[in-house]
Amino acid sequence: GCFLLLWYNSQLCESNECSFIFNTYLFPLQGAGQDVGRSCILVSIGGKNIMLDCGMHMGYNDDRRFPDFSYITQNGRLTEFLDCVIISHFHLDHCGALPYMSEMVGYDGPIYMTHPTKAICPILLEDFRKITVDKKGETNFFTSQMIKDCMKKVIPLNLHQTVQVDDELEIKAYYAGHVLGAAMVHIKVGSESVVYTGDYNMTPDRHLGAAWIDKCRPDILISESTYATTIRDSKRCRERDFLKKVHESIERGGKVLIPVFALGRAQELCILLETFWERMNLKAPIYFSTGLTEKANHYYKLFITWTNQKIRKTFVQRNMFEFKHIKAFDRSYADNPGPMVVFATPGMLHAGQSLQIFKKWAGNEKNMVIMPGYCVQGTIGHKILNGQRKLEMEGRATVRKLSFTFTLTFFLLCNLDVKLQVEYMSFSAHADAKGIMQLIRMAEPRNMLLVHGEAVKMEFLKGKIEQEFSINCYMPANGETTTVTTNPSVPVDISLNLLKREMALGGPLPDPKKPRTMHGTLIMKENSLKLVSSEQALKELGLNEHQLRFTCRVQLQDPHSDPDTLHRIYTHLKSVLKGYTIQHLPDGTVMVESIVIKVSSSAEDPNTKVLLLSWSYQVTFLRC
Amino acid sequence: MKLYCLSGHPTLPCNVLKFKSTTIMLDCGLDTTSVLNFLPLPLVHSPRLSKLPGWVSKDGTINLEKELKECAGRVFVDSQPEFCLPERELLDLSTIDVILISNYHCMMALPYITEHTGFTGTVYATEPTLQIGRLLMEELVNFMERVPKAQSATCWKNKEIQRMLPGPLKDAVEVWTWKRCYSMQEVNSALSKVQLVGYSQKVELFGAVQISPLSSGYSLGSSNWIIQSHHEKVSYVSGSSLLTTHPQPMDQSSLKNSDVLILTGLTQMPTANPDGMLGEFCSNLAMTIRAGGNVLVPCYSSGVIYDLLECLYQFIESANLGTTPFYFISPVANSSLEFSQIFAEWLCHNKQTKVYLPEPPFPHAELIQTNKLKHYPSIHGDFSSEFRQPCVVFTGHPSLRFGDVVHFMELWGKSSLNTIIFTEPDFSYLDALAPYQPLAMKCVYCPIDTRLNFHQVSKLLKEVQPLHVVCPEQYTQPPLSQSHRSDLMLELQPPPMPYRRCSVLNLPFRRRYERVYILPELANSLVPSEIKPGTSVATVSAVLHSKDNKHTLQPPPAPPTKKRKRVIEEPPVVLAPKPLLSGAVPLEAFLATLQKHGISEVKVEETADGHILHLQAEDTLIQLEEDGTHIVCDNNEPLRSPERCKLEGN
Repeated sequence: GCFLLLWYNSQLCESNECSFIFNTYLFPLQGAGQDVGRSCILVSIGGKNIMLDCGMHMGYNDDRRFPDFSYITQNGRLTEFLDCVIISHFHLDHCGALPYMSEMVGYDGPIYMTHPTKAICPILLEDFRKITVDKKGETNFFTSQMIKDCMKKVIPLNLHQTVQVDDELEIKAYYAGHVLGAAMVHIKVGSESVVYTGDYNMTPDRHLGAAWIDKCRPDILISESTYATTIRDSKRCRERDFLKKVHESIERGGKVLIPVFALGRAQELCILLETFWERMNLKAPIYFSTGLTEKANHYYKLFITWTNQKIRKTFVQRNMFEFKHIKAFDRSYADNPGPMVVFATPGMLHAGQSLQIFKKWAGNEKNMVIMPGYCVQGTIGHKILNGQRKLEMEGRATVRKLSFTFTLTFFLLCNLDVKLQVEYMSFSAHADAKGIMQLIRMAEPRNMLLVHGEAVKMEFLKGKIEQEFSINCYMPANGETTTVTTNPSVPVDISLNLLKREMALGGPLPDPKKPRTMHGTLIMKENSLKLVSSEQALKELGLNEHQLRFTCRVQLQDPHSDPDTLHRIYTHLKSVLKGYTIQHLPDGTVMVESIVIKVSSSAEDPNTKVLLLSWSYQVTFLRC
Repeated sequence: MKLYCLSGHPTLPCNVLKFKSTTIMLDCGLDTTSVLNFLPLPLVHSPRLSKLPGWVSKDGTINLEKELKECAGRVFVDSQPEFCLPERELLDLSTIDVILISNYHCMMALPYITEHTGFTGTVYATEPTLQIGRLLMEELVNFMERVPKAQSATCWKNKEIQRMLPGPLKDAVEVWTWKRCYSMQEVNSALSKVQLVGYSQKVELFGAVQISPLSSGYSLGSSNWIIQSHHEKVSYVSGSSLLTTHPQPMDQSSLKNSDVLILTGLTQMPTANPDGMLGEFCSNLAMTIRAGGNVLVPCYSSGVIYDLLECLYQFIESANLGTTPFYFISPVANSSLEFSQIFAEWLCHNKQTKVYLPEPPFPHAELIQTNKLKHYPSIHGDFSSEFRQPCVVFTGHPSLRFGDVVHFMELWGKSSLNTIIFTEPDFSYLDALAPYQPLAMKCVYCPIDTRLNFHQVSKLLKEVQPLHVVCPEQYTQPPLSQSHRSDLMLELQPPPMPYRRCSVLNLPFRRRYERVYILPELANSLVPSEIKPGTSVATVSAVLHSKDNKHTLQPPPAPPTKKRKRVIEEPPVVLAPKPLLSGAVPLEAFLATLQKHGISEVKVEETADGHILHLQAEDTLIQLEEDGTHIVCDNNEPLRSPERCKLEGN
């Protein structure tokens, strides 16, 4: 068997957070060359076609934002070409094109995702739709109804549940960390299998556990490789660093802005600050900017079994997602005197409340902004992270979305001097190089396929993997097909009699020096393969056995009498063939295993003896 | 394959299945009905209980005043209550490889098995089963340890004495094996051996057997189990429900094609309709409250109580009970209510949909939020100061022998305004009430047992068609009290195999095949030949490798290339597979082939069974018969080979 893999997008600049959460705005990317991933992989295994993720490309506003489904078929619906679709997690670069695919291109087959993904994904899709259609006025886009119809096709997946998609295709989800409900998936057809990781995280964080998979030895492991070359320092150090920076800023009376997305990192950092505030008995207020946070936190409470062990263990006594110190933010608070910490959306400072607060606080060097994740090129976040201290605000993209007062503020800040401290802290939950290697050690794949990363970095990791594990490592480019040939064993039903007989003969332990050869007959009938003893096969097939015997006459000169000659042969064979059963039978024959030897004198010359060697066709010849 | 039956209780089973070199314990139920023979453990000193007279036999010869007390004509053991454990002598329990748990009610004997028998295996259970099972065990331990009783009565267990006691103590079985409750430490140790599994997850045991839990629809995380190899399938059905309550619906189709189906945990109340009972529960509750009385509901801390609360949530407003306080008192009340909200994956579709909103799946969250439902760890502390009457109290234990319920029985038992409503089906309510007699309070019996009834189970079995059914003997005859009801028993063809405590059953199926994997190199070298349309055969010669109960066939090793000393004299080394020979050799075709190989001088002689061919130039005789061919020749390898080829061609 072989696999066919089509991969729609490889070049990805770490989209560690979903870019469109709740009431945030779409940021139009400036210039080309930027590419924020769009995962969509097609796997063909054992005659089954499976689509892994159906992501949207954040960088485009035209058709290019969706995967090119004409790879699958030029015309018509996808239903008959796909056996199932599996979505790994709720980030839009993994599920954003789903309603487009199912409702506009047309797909009615099963779509699998975990419960949390099924819960959160439609909210993000709807939010994304609103921005695109309502705010930007685009047409030819999926509607709210299409999102609902699409979600009706979703079958929820439980962790470790083996789902039988059809008689041959089975899938199984594993915990992937990364975000709430993220899953890796094991796909199996017959004895061939693939594991697709989606995005995953091999180190537990404050709110999620680490990815885990059993030794399932897939033929291919398809892994993301966002942090292909990075080996990050320990999480604890980064956390300490983060807390230290926040604390210092608060101590000197500064305000700290942390731009985040409503689901994911936000919860982790909130837990971190909450426990720190508790321990240090700090009084400075912490605010969370969006009204939807409560809703987001509610998802975490209800899906607490998807968080890490510690949170799960203590949730009855103390639910980690009920924050004592973190309160809802009101726009007016930004002007309050004194220190404070504010979590505000969106995470890349490209619009909305986080940008608004940033502009207010940017002029004061006592203040600080901490960017906990990656920022797309062109965003304010990206600019300030690159050290830009003077920002020229372009209003075109956002102006019409804003209220009159806000527009006014906007133009006042046309030239913004950034005096506040800018810090970058990577809290994004992707596996680093060490983590990827760790996962390979866990799953023991026969082949490796890297996706979702930058080519140069992937090349480096590919080398490392091939060196350490001696397995093939592929890294297909966008739109490229990779074929991996597998070599599966053939499952056969062996008759228990034959197996037991063989195991009894073979003894309790195998002897590598003297492997036993077993004989049997394989009967292939319809779809069944049965291995039985030859006798049983004849019986089952209603055939008579045909005995084939050979008798060979060998002449030799020997003056002794016939019985003496036979005896001499017997003693000779006895001394030569050690380890074989040799019998001298009273009827005047010698048996070597099942070979019969007889002696008779030639009629003409009593010294010429004729040796009759007789054996059956089935005899395995002795090795001498 | 054998089944060892360690428990006689049909809904609290404990069986051991020996299947293909694995030893699998199916459930670990603890028969708690034994506690009905004991005096209740009051939370605060009860003058009534302490004044009960001791028991002395009528003729005065046996005096067990200290151990046995008499109340309203029944005799009770005054000691820490004891449980009836699964049988431990029937087989060596240290040989058990795994224990499969089907629901949290069926795991209460786990610490006795895992901690005191040398057990070294693994326990498999779903996450809700583990978490709620832990809560129920914790609660049990708490109930016992809260009111320690120094006395441990043993004299009455003496066979000679027990014989003389009044019933039902006289008829209690296996009293010497009864044990006191375990400790929290034992619970933790036992539960640390649990490995979590999800529905339809396939778990390999030693490569020999695959086990998989299926949703059984009875309680949160409850499961039936499939135990199968490539060719045999055993289904274990325990505590299943087809009613739409809170858990995920039962997976029936996966039970199909079983060789053996072990059926336990049917409803204990085959004549009581759960919906009707629920209606009665509500109306009795409302009636009592309106009359100014209190309602006591003895119940387990998880399970039906969720449904009761949901039912009340809808009922409260319509029945004008909006101001009546509802109390749930248990050391694990809070945990149980919290845990119920986080298992979205294990809930029915309606509840899952609520979680997507996101809203808590159970409405008791709202009851708590609006202060209609309050929960307390015990009657001590906050409860005593906040408690208002008339009220509704949910509390355990349903046996009425320990837990906070004992206090409410003493408190409310004397007033006929109050009502006790039994909803749990595990204990006979008359037996449960016996040590409190005489009682003035009203008793209402609305047992809610959602497990399969006989009608549902026979429909299910018709659908899944197992070859054999094994079940507790209780299911093969109508209940004693309703011996005319032949619809309250299992009638199957072939009849089910009944078991009782200590039975050892030989399960009736023979294994014929086993899975073996042919390596691709070997598979490629096989030469199939079609002998009938659609049927091909190939002879296989291979080396069998067996590791971890997985068998593979590898190509036989290549013969070592060593120089042969006597090339001509010795038969050649041949290890190539020998095809199977069958059928007869057609004479004409054979002669033609010989001719093709340059052998033309053939003298054919007819015999009784076939022909003898004399190849004169080669001085070779070939005897052709219906079922055999015999070739006699000089030592002439080149000749034999083509002939063999020819024969193989047939």
